[in-house]
Amino acid sequence: MKVVIMGCGRTGAQLAGLLDADQHQVTILDTDTYSFRRLPPDFGGTALLGNGLDEESLRKAGIEEADAFVALTQGDNRNVMAAQIAKHIFDVPKVICRIYDPIRRELYNTLGIETFSPTTIFSQMLKERLET
Amino acid sequence: MYIIIVGGGEVGYYLSKALLNEGHEILVVEKDATRSGFIIDELGSVCVRGDGCEAATLAQIGTGRADMLIAVTDDDEDNLVACQVAKHKFNVPRTIARITNPKNEAIFKKLGIDVTISSTNIILEYIEEEVPTHPLTHLLTIRDKGLEIVEVKIPADSTTVGKAVKELSLPPESILSLLIRKDQKPHLFTANTVLQAEDQIIAVTTPESEEALRAALRGT
Repeated sequence: MKVVIMGCGRTGAQLAGLLDADQHQVTILDTDTYSFRRLPPDFGGTALLGNGLDEESLRKAGIEEADAFVALTQGDNRNVMAAQIAKHIFDVPKVICRIYDPIRRELYNTLGIETFSPTTIFSQMLKERLET
Repeated sequence: MYIIIVGGGEVGYYLSKALLNEGHEILVVEKDATRSGFIIDELGSVCVRGDGCEAATLAQIGTGRADMLIAVTDDDEDNLVACQVAKHKFNVPRTIARITNPKNEAIFKKLGIDVTISSTNIILEYIEEEVPTHPLTHLLTIRDKGLEIVEVKIPADSTTVGKAVKELSLPPESILSLLIRKDQKPHLFTANTVLQAEDQIIAVTTPESEEALRAALRGT
């Protein structure tokens, strides 16, 4: 599978490493090359300096042939916009987007973007842990 | 009309001021405490502190009854989300987004924003107008019809000087609307109007045939 990941934070870097280890073709985008230090030393994919909101950068990252796109920057709005570009402009078959704000997540889910909110998932997990 | 403005920067502030003067009910949503304090001091209690991209904030300020939401923050993506939340969650009939990157214009349109205003494009157009040798100047874009009004100046060395309009091979979507000639009143074109050096032509065209129009009017 060909995957483009936007945002090389802890989650992005770890996901890129996992997918790469499973022989998927991974390209990871970040606006700061310093972020790429988080990638595992044996990472075999492509780390590309670029903004995932920019069509040109996305093309360079190979979005036109990508099977999946994952938006994992710190900004909810940036993720939402990039995910919509991937889905509606480049017709990427699978688009996943992280949205911290649960209400915004719900809205974009109803608008047809696969979203998840670490806030909701994590607080649910903590609650369960506390109650057992 | 009840108009919500997201972003209380310079654009948001002056826009609010203008809309208030026109008698509209307005409310500014601004994240920054100092900035929202400034707006309240200057314009009265027409500003709430909050994130205009958050549905909770928008619910609180009665976005459901808003006639329009205008997002004018510095970040294109924030403006996009504010408009989308307003449109899809609160059914606001009209949403307007300011964009800084002209490339986003097409994307925003595709994602359902009613109107986009590209500050970069507007500044470029004004500067273009002031560059005297610029062959074609954009005067106005009629967005929903895909048309634009442009100005073309005919330089003295143009191969079309002395030719009548009917001899020019104008692209089919273009109409020559007005001729402005030095020391004369502006007048309308006829098929027999002969082009002169330094003529200024106002024409309606489409973005696609803009280049063909320029070539037809100025020669190659």
